Amino acid sequence: MVSEGIEDEEKWLAEGIAGLQHNAFYMHRALDSNNLRDALKYSAQMLSELRTSRLSPHKYYELYMRAFDELRKLEMFFKEETKRGCTIIDLYELVQHAGNILPRLYLLCTVGSVYIRSKEAPAKDVLKDLVEMCRGIQHPVRGLFLRSYLSQVSRDKLPDIGSEYEGDADTVMDAVEFVLQNFTEMNKLWVRMQHQGPVREKEKREKERSELRDLVGKNLHVLSQIEGVDLELYKETVLPRVLEQVVNCKDEIAQFYLMDCIIQVFPDEYHLQTLETLLGACPQLQPTVDIKTVLSQLMERLSNYAASSAEVLPEFLQVEAFAKLSNAIGKVIEAQVDMPVVGSIGLYVSLLTFTLRVHPDRLDYVDQVLGACVKKLSGKAKLEDSRGTKQIVALLSAPLEKYNDIGIALKLSNYPRVMDHLDSGTNKVMAVVIIQSIMKNNTCISTADKAEALFELIKGLIKDLDGTPVDEDISFFCFSLMRRIFKEEQSSVARLIHMLHNDDPEEMLKIICVVRKHILAGGPTRLAFTVPPLIFCALKLVRRLQGQDGDVDGEETSATPKKIFQLLHQTIEALLSVPAPELALRLYLQCAEAANDCDLEPVAYEFFTQAFILYEEEVADSKAQVTAIHLIIGTLQRMNVFGVENRDTLTHKSTGYSAKLLKKPDQCKAVYACSHLFWVDDQDGVKDGERVLLCLKRALRIANAAQQMANVTRGSSGPVTLFVEILNKYLYFFEKGNPQITSAAIQGLVELITTEMQSDTTTPDPSADAFFSSTLRYIQFQKQKGGAMGEKYESIKV
Amino acid sequence: MVLVLALGDLHIPHRAADLPPKFKSMLVPGKIQHIICTGNLCIKEVHDYLKSLCPDMHITRGEYDEDARYPETKTLTIGQFKLGLCHGHQVVPWGDLDSLAMLQRQLDVDILVTGHTHQFKAYKHEGGVVINPGSATGAYSSITYDVNPSFVLMDIDALRVVVYVYELIDGEVKVDKIDFKKTATSQSAH
Repeated sequence: MVSEGIEDEEKWLAEGIAGLQHNAFYMHRALDSNNLRDALKYSAQMLSELRTSRLSPHKYYELYMRAFDELRKLEMFFKEETKRGCTIIDLYELVQHAGNILPRLYLLCTVGSVYIRSKEAPAKDVLKDLVEMCRGIQHPVRGLFLRSYLSQVSRDKLPDIGSEYEGDADTVMDAVEFVLQNFTEMNKLWVRMQHQGPVREKEKREKERSELRDLVGKNLHVLSQIEGVDLELYKETVLPRVLEQVVNCKDEIAQFYLMDCIIQVFPDEYHLQTLETLLGACPQLQPTVDIKTVLSQLMERLSNYAASSAEVLPEFLQVEAFAKLSNAIGKVIEAQVDMPVVGSIGLYVSLLTFTLRVHPDRLDYVDQVLGACVKKLSGKAKLEDSRGTKQIVALLSAPLEKYNDIGIALKLSNYPRVMDHLDSGTNKVMAVVIIQSIMKNNTCISTADKAEALFELIKGLIKDLDGTPVDEDISFFCFSLMRRIFKEEQSSVARLIHMLHNDDPEEMLKIICVVRKHILAGGPTRLAFTVPPLIFCALKLVRRLQGQDGDVDGEETSATPKKIFQLLHQTIEALLSVPAPELALRLYLQCAEAANDCDLEPVAYEFFTQAFILYEEEVADSKAQVTAIHLIIGTLQRMNVFGVENRDTLTHKSTGYSAKLLKKPDQCKAVYACSHLFWVDDQDGVKDGERVLLCLKRALRIANAAQQMANVTRGSSGPVTLFVEILNKYLYFFEKGNPQITSAAIQGLVELITTEMQSDTTTPDPSADAFFSSTLRYIQFQKQKGGAMGEKYESIKV
Repeated sequence: MVLVLALGDLHIPHRAADLPPKFKSMLVPGKIQHIICTGNLCIKEVHDYLKSLCPDMHITRGEYDEDARYPETKTLTIGQFKLGLCHGHQVVPWGDLDSLAMLQRQLDVDILVTGHTHQFKAYKHEGGVVINPGSATGAYSSITYDVNPSFVLMDIDALRVVVYVYELIDGEVKVDKIDFKKTATSQSAH
């Protein structure tokens, strides 16, 4: 059916064009022979083709354009006719004899154009006459095209300022009056189109109407082009009259299009000066009009205008643009109760964009916009709709992008309140955006108050908010994905902690306490991520205070290493709930070393004790034990704060645990590492040669035991690497001057290894061979060095 | 000519938020042929970032690394050089050159790269080289005070290696160059 309809239309158009061309042919002949009577007759017949009601606006336009071209020729002819003696007044009368009204009015407009040009009558009278006469056509499509023709032929003949048609009797007011009247009539025709024809064709009609909208809008364009329409005239006459028509027509399509048209065709400064009038019309529009887009367009244009030159900014202040826009948006949202939340937030986003561009210095405005948004959202459930949350994210991101400073956002009292309205997922996304902004701009959070506000703002990441849905039935894939996202979120919180800094230790301690309070509320799943950065922040503070005695300033100073160590102790303890014993052990050792540097023996001892307790009770994995014991030995080796008794206890424990590791080679390595606990190569370091030797001998016994065990289990001895390692340790202490380590012992060890390597039962191990030969090469190297070292090595034969 | 990036002890996010932006802008993909990292990255995001600079990456495990699959030590050969890699917390006393030399003999390498102390070091030792690239983020260390962020680029060409040290001092990147030639004796040993 539809395709048939289109084919029919094509046929009708073809017929119309044929009829038009046929009559145009005779009209041309009449024009050529200066036959006025025939010219009028055929032109009227030609124009009769435009009387059709069967064509869609699109096809009708095609026909109209052909007629339009022919009418140009006729107009030329009329012009020449007046030169030949026929008065224009006669012509004006003569064309009115045409039988049908539509051809008659086209001809009248054509002659009217010549009439105005002749200046034999005031332009305003002719224009008024024509615009009135056109009322004769009330069919929407025909009427719109006829009036469009009138508008077209009269455009260059309006009595505008500076125009040749301006005179005593003709003023720009007449021009404006004429265009406004034509506009009003055209809009009425256009709106009426909506109500003609069956309801089921509504959609088709809307499409056809939108094809015709530019004919109506053209009038507004003409108005904007009239020189005489200055701000005064625009404000007093043009805008009120246009808006009156827009509001009164009560048609959704017309109102949306025309509002947009007004905003687009008239200059920005006019809008700025007539904001109240323009915005006043908004709440009066039909509830279905997409007022959001209209206002956004307006704010966009005004923002660009403000950005164009700093000189125009005072104008914005003078007319209180922000207050007016803000007010208007409030009214529109109030009036359009059915507007979805996403729409109203969209409006606030536009207003915020406007504010940030026009009044970047007015934080109160920014906060006001956010406040209005909170008001709109309050009482509603958290937004679930993704477009809505996206808008809120845009709203909250805009100030961050503008100021590149989280400090600004923290000053906005409504900022966190808007965030509270996000669902927990989006809330986290927004919190991550905030953290990223801080990172990108390298913003330093320098006070405890700011830290408090910031952590309050990003609380979605810091702790489980009430009502966070826990989906029990999630798939493994989903779980691992969530786990990954969770880790990334917590890592960004961890990074954030490093952005908190104040040179004043007192304030820094306050900041640390604030952060501690917040992260401890995070529960076991978060602590493993958030505790370490806090610990290291505190350790950095300890290092700053180190050397300056806290008690010197009296009781008032709270930022003393002792106090911070207490805090550190309690914070690391929280990791036990995770549980994360290996991490806690490492952090205790870090603290022990820091306490050592602060010369606080009891504190250091306490941290070591904690580390040992964890080692004994919580670190069960054998590989983890190996790493932990090496960290314990490495740390203890560096400690110089301990008195003999404490030191003995701790070294004793260390060697004991070393010898109790699961695997023999691990035991051996840890035990020879312990030898360094008894020989510290400093000026005042411990130098207990005997106990070093005891350690090395113990390591040798374990290496032997490892060999034998390998013999039993595999039928061949294990690699001799352990012996080579111990040999190297012998060489180390030999060079350091430990009297207990003799060249004879080294010689014996070298020979032992050589024998072992040549033994049939030994598993060949190229890496052990290489290790041994590079060790021998080293001995050779030392022998050849000469001097004291060369002498020392003299007696060793390799 | 082969460019090798050596770095370690980033301690992200435990001790630092990120690499210094100045380092990040210097480290661009496609310039480096190998990355050797002594460990303590500590999280996967950092691993992925390094991998984006150069896919040929060698990492040993630091005591704070979440990825337990990194080995304790690793050796690899680049050109004429044998390189050894280890984080260094296993070698007591920490950062002690003589003890590291023992590890160098054990791994039987020309160049030993270790970390843990957060202090840049490069020694010529028994015809070999011991390098510590420092901490790329200038992370807090109980061993070294006032850590400057640093990393090392090694330009390995036949028997010669030029070590460039990039150190961020007061916001400015300072570059130092150390030249090492592999001697005939250590070469004949292989």
